[in-house]
Amino acid sequence: MAAPLVLVILVAVTVRAVLYRSSLAAFISERVEVASPLNAWKRVVEGLALLDLGVSPYSGAIFHETPLIIYLFHFLIEYAELVFMITDVLTAIALYLAIQDFNKVVFKKQKLLIELDKYAPDVAELIRTPMEMHYIPLKVALFYLLNPYTVMSCVAKSTCSINNTVIAFFILATIKGSAFLSAVFLALATYQSLYPLTLFAPALLYLLQRQFIPVKLKSRSFWFYTMQYGALYLCSLVVIICLSFFLLNSWDFIPSVYGFILSVPDLTPNIGLFWYFFAEMFEHFSLFFVCVFQINVFFYTIPLAVKLKEHPVFFMFVQIAIISIFKSYPTVGDIALYMAFLPVWSHLYRFLRNIFILSCVLIVCSLLFPVLWHLWIYAGSANSNFYYAITLTFNIGQILLISDYFYAFLRREYYLTHGLYLTRQDGTEAMLVLK
Amino acid sequence: MGLLSDPYRRRALSRLILRLNTPLCLLSYVAGLGWFLALALPPVAPRTYMSENAMGSTMVEEQFAYGERALSYAREFAGHKKKAGGMPVAWLEKTMWNLGLEVYKQPFARTLPFPDETRERYMVKGTNVYGILRAPRAASTESLVLSVPCSEGQHNHQAVGLMLALASYFRGQIYWAKDIIFLVNEHDLLGMEAWLEAYHDVNITEMQSSGTLGRAGAIQAAVSLELSSDVVTSFDVAVEGLNGQLPNLDLVNLFHAFCQKNGLLCTIQGKLQRSDWDTLPAYAHSLQTLLLMVLKQGSGRPQGDHGLFLRYHIEAITLRGINSFRQYKYDMSTVGKTLEGMFRKLNNLLERLHQSYFFYLLPSLSRFVSISVYMPAFGFLILILILKALDLWMKLSKCDAGPAERLWDGDQGAAHAAVEEPRPGLLTLVPPLLICHATGLTLYFLPVLGQHVATQHFPVSEAEAVVLTVIAIYVAGLALPHNTHRVLTGSGSDRGWMTLKLLSLLYLAMQLGCIALVNFSLGFLLAVTMVPVAAAVQPTGPRYLYAALLVLVTPAVTLLLGIFLYQELIEYPVSVLECWQLFLQAVAGGLLDHYLYGSVVFPFVAIFLYPCWLLLWNVLFWK
Repeated sequence: MAAPLVLVILVAVTVRAVLYRSSLAAFISERVEVASPLNAWKRVVEGLALLDLGVSPYSGAIFHETPLIIYLFHFLIEYAELVFMITDVLTAIALYLAIQDFNKVVFKKQKLLIELDKYAPDVAELIRTPMEMHYIPLKVALFYLLNPYTVMSCVAKSTCSINNTVIAFFILATIKGSAFLSAVFLALATYQSLYPLTLFAPALLYLLQRQFIPVKLKSRSFWFYTMQYGALYLCSLVVIICLSFFLLNSWDFIPSVYGFILSVPDLTPNIGLFWYFFAEMFEHFSLFFVCVFQINVFFYTIPLAVKLKEHPVFFMFVQIAIISIFKSYPTVGDIALYMAFLPVWSHLYRFLRNIFILSCVLIVCSLLFPVLWHLWIYAGSANSNFYYAITLTFNIGQILLISDYFYAFLRREYYLTHGLYLTRQDGTEAMLVLK
Repeated sequence: MGLLSDPYRRRALSRLILRLNTPLCLLSYVAGLGWFLALALPPVAPRTYMSENAMGSTMVEEQFAYGERALSYAREFAGHKKKAGGMPVAWLEKTMWNLGLEVYKQPFARTLPFPDETRERYMVKGTNVYGILRAPRAASTESLVLSVPCSEGQHNHQAVGLMLALASYFRGQIYWAKDIIFLVNEHDLLGMEAWLEAYHDVNITEMQSSGTLGRAGAIQAAVSLELSSDVVTSFDVAVEGLNGQLPNLDLVNLFHAFCQKNGLLCTIQGKLQRSDWDTLPAYAHSLQTLLLMVLKQGSGRPQGDHGLFLRYHIEAITLRGINSFRQYKYDMSTVGKTLEGMFRKLNNLLERLHQSYFFYLLPSLSRFVSISVYMPAFGFLILILILKALDLWMKLSKCDAGPAERLWDGDQGAAHAAVEEPRPGLLTLVPPLLICHATGLTLYFLPVLGQHVATQHFPVSEAEAVVLTVIAIYVAGLALPHNTHRVLTGSGSDRGWMTLKLLSLLYLAMQLGCIALVNFSLGFLLAVTMVPVAAAVQPTGPRYLYAALLVLVTPAVTLLLGIFLYQELIEYPVSVLECWQLFLQAVAGGLLDHYLYGSVVFPFVAIFLYPCWLLLWNVLFWK
C-alpha cells in the first residue's frame, strides 16, 4: 500500500513544482479565492520585513499571522516553496494513516455488532467489506493532494495549508488515541485559526469511546476524563500563547490575529459570506451581526454532538466543513481539507440524493469565480452583486452537500438497525422522509 | 428544498425528466430560439434613455464654426502625408504645438507572430502623436480622448483635419474640467494598443515602445473618429470591442441624442432605423441589425479603434462618417458641433460612466435589449444540456443501483442500459480526455511555432502555413484513435459512452456558460449550433447522419456559416469560393487578434471547445 502512496506524492510534488515555475503561480497567488487577508503569502513577507527592521510586525494593519508562523518563516524563508510542498505531503500522510486506523476501528466495531446481532437481518448489502475499504486511505491522500483547491492553495503559498497540516495531525493523534498529542495539536490549531476550538467536542467523544467510557452526565469517569483532556488542551494553549508572547515580547498579536478573525474588519471579497453583508451594513449594527454570523460556527456543535455521539469522526468531518463554510475569511484550502474526507464516506453514496447536482454546482461556481471577478474588476461591466451571487450559490452548495451527507449517514444507521426494507403498518413499502 | 427532499415529488420529477426528455429538450430549444428571435420585437426592447444625471439634464450650446478650417487642415495633412510617405509626424507636432497643446510622440515597433496578408504587414514600426489640452480649472486628474487613426491611402484626412480644428476651438474655451487628449495613432489598432499600454505603463503584449512622456490623468471616455469624405451623409457607430466587450450604453445614448439634436442621420451596423415599428418588414429589419451585432460581437474582434480602450475600463465608441451619396449632406461644422456637444457633456461627468447598461444588444440605435431579457434565450439552450445530463445520470445510476436506490429514483422501465456488465470506472475515460486535450493544445501552439518548418518543406508563405496548419490539425483531430479506452477494458460498454457523453455535456455546458457571461453573442452562437447535436449524438442509431450533423456544428463550420450569414446580412453576398477566402482570412485574423491584442476566442476554441467537441466525436464512434 505504501508504493501507490509514494506515487501519488511524487505526482503531487511534480505538479506543484511545475506550477511554481510557471507564470500561473503569480496569477494564482493574487486570486482572492485562494489567499485571504489572514493567510496571504504577501502579508507574511511584509511581516518578515517589518520583523527584520526591528518593528513589531503587528504595528501595521497588514500582517495577521501568528508569531510562530513568522518565526518559522524567519528561518525558512529561502525554502518557502519546499515548506509548503512538505506540509501538503505531511497532511496527506497524516490523513492516510489516520483513515487507515479509523477503518480498522470501524471494521472491528461492525464485526462486534454483527456478532451481537444488533443489525437487522436483511442489511447484508450495507455491511462494509475489507475489499472496498482497502483503497480508502489512498483515495483520501489522493483527494487531498491532487485536489485543484489544495494545489492552488499550495502554489499561492497560502498558510492555510499549514493550518490544514496541524488539523490533520490532530486528527491522526486523536484516532491513534493519544490524548496528550491530540490536545497539543488541537491547541496549535486553535492558536493558528481559532475556529478549530469546536473540534474539541468530537475529539473528546472519540477519545471517550476509545477508553470505553460512556458519555453520561452522571458518570464520574466521564467528567474526570473530560477535565483531564480539557486541562491538557488549555495548558498547551496557554504554553503556546506565552511562548508567542516571549518571542515578540508583546501581546500585540492577540487583537491583530484573533480580533481580526472575530471582528472581520477587512472586507476584501472572498468566497465567504461575510464581506458583502458587512460592506453594505451601517456601522452601528455591525457588532450585533458579527456576533450572529460568528455564532454559526459554534452553534451547530452541541446539537451535532448530541446527534452524532456514537460517530465522532463523522462529527469531526461535519464540524470541519462547517468551519470552512462559516469562518470569516475562508479560502479554497479550507474546503480542500474536508473534501479529502469524502472518500471515507463513499459507502453513503447510495443514500446521497443530490450529489450530482451539488457537485455540478460546486464545479460551476469554482469556474465562475474568476470569470465574474474579471467582469467586475477588470472589465468593469459587472459589479459586486454578480460575484456575491456566485459566492452565495457556492456556499449553499456546500451546505447542501454537508447536509446531504449528514442525512445519508443517519439514514444508513437507521436502515442498519431497522432493516433495509421498511414496511408500514399496513404492509406497504415505506420510505424515510426528511421533514 | 422541499422539491429535492420529498421523495414522492422527487420521484415524480425524475419520472418526468426521464419520460419526457426528448420533448422537453425540443421544447427548450424552440423556446430558446424563439426567445432570441423575439428580442427584436418592440415590447421586448424598450427605448433607450439617458441614465447619467450629469449628462442628461444639463444643456450645452454648440458653437463650433471651424468647418472650413477643418477642411484646410485636412488638405494640408494630406499633402504632408503624401510627402512624408507615411505619418507626417513633424508636421503634426508643429501644428498641434501651434494650437497650444502639449505635444508628445511615441514611437513603437512590433513584429507580428506571422505576416498579416490582408493588411500586408509583418514588422511594423510607427509613431503615435498626441497633444494634451490641459484643463484650465482642474488638476489633470481626469481626461477624455479623441483619437483618429492615420491609416494608409486616402482615408481619414478629414478626420485629422476635424480633430485639429476641434482642438483649436476647444483651446479657446474656458469650461474644460477634464484634460482632452487628441491622439493620431498610426497602424490603427496596433498603434492604439501601443499607446494604451504605454499610457497605463503596462506591457501585456510584446509591443516595444518608448513609454509615453505626457499623461493627463485617468481617461474617462474616448471617441474614435473616422471620416473619409468632405461631405458626410450619415454616421455609423461601432460599439463592439475586444472580446465582445461593450461600452456603457450611456455613451451610445449620448451620441444618439446629439445626432438627433443636430439632425444628423445615424446608423448602427450600417442599418438606418425605420420609423414604423409594428410592421413585419420593420421587425425583419431590426432582427437583421440585431443579428449583425451578435455576429460582430461574437467574433470577439474590436470593430474599431475604440475596442481596445474597453479593456482598460474606459468607455469608448468609434464614429464613422459615411458618404452614401444621399441627398442630405452635412458639412464639417455640423459634424464638429456634434462632437463638441458630446465632449462638453462628457466634461460634465462627475464619476465614471456606470449608471447605464454594460450588457445589451441593440436592435436599433434607439432601442436596446438588456441582459436580463436576453439571457433566458441562452438559459433555455443550456437547459437542454442539463436535462440530457440528468437523464444520462439517472440511467447510469440505475444500472448499479441496489433495490433501495431504485426506490428513490422511481421508474425502472426507462433503464435501457441496465445490462449486467463489469463497471468500467472512470479510468477508461482518461485516455480520450487526454488525447482530445493534447490535440487542442497542439492546435493552439503548433501553427505559430511550426510556421518556419512548414515554409521550408512546403511551397507556402508563412501566413498560409499558419492557417493551413490550423486547418490540418483541426481536421486531423477527427481521425485520431477513438477507441483508446479499449486498451484498458477490452471492449467499450454502454456505460462507457454514457459516462463520456455525460462528462462532455457537462463540460460543454460549463464552457458555454462561462463564455456567455463574457461574450453573450459568442456563447449563444455556439450554443445554438452545438447544443442540439451534442444532446442527440450517440453511438447507436443513424451514425452517419449524426457524424454529418456533428461536423456541421463544429466551431470551424460555424465560423464559415457565420461569415456567409454576415455577408448576406450586409447585403454583399459572396460565392462559396469567396466565402472560403474570407474564412481563411478570418482564421488568420483570429490568431492575430489573439497574439496582438489578447482576444480570447482562438485560445477558447482551441484549448477548450475543440477538445470538448472531439469528446462528442469520441462518443459517436464508441465501440
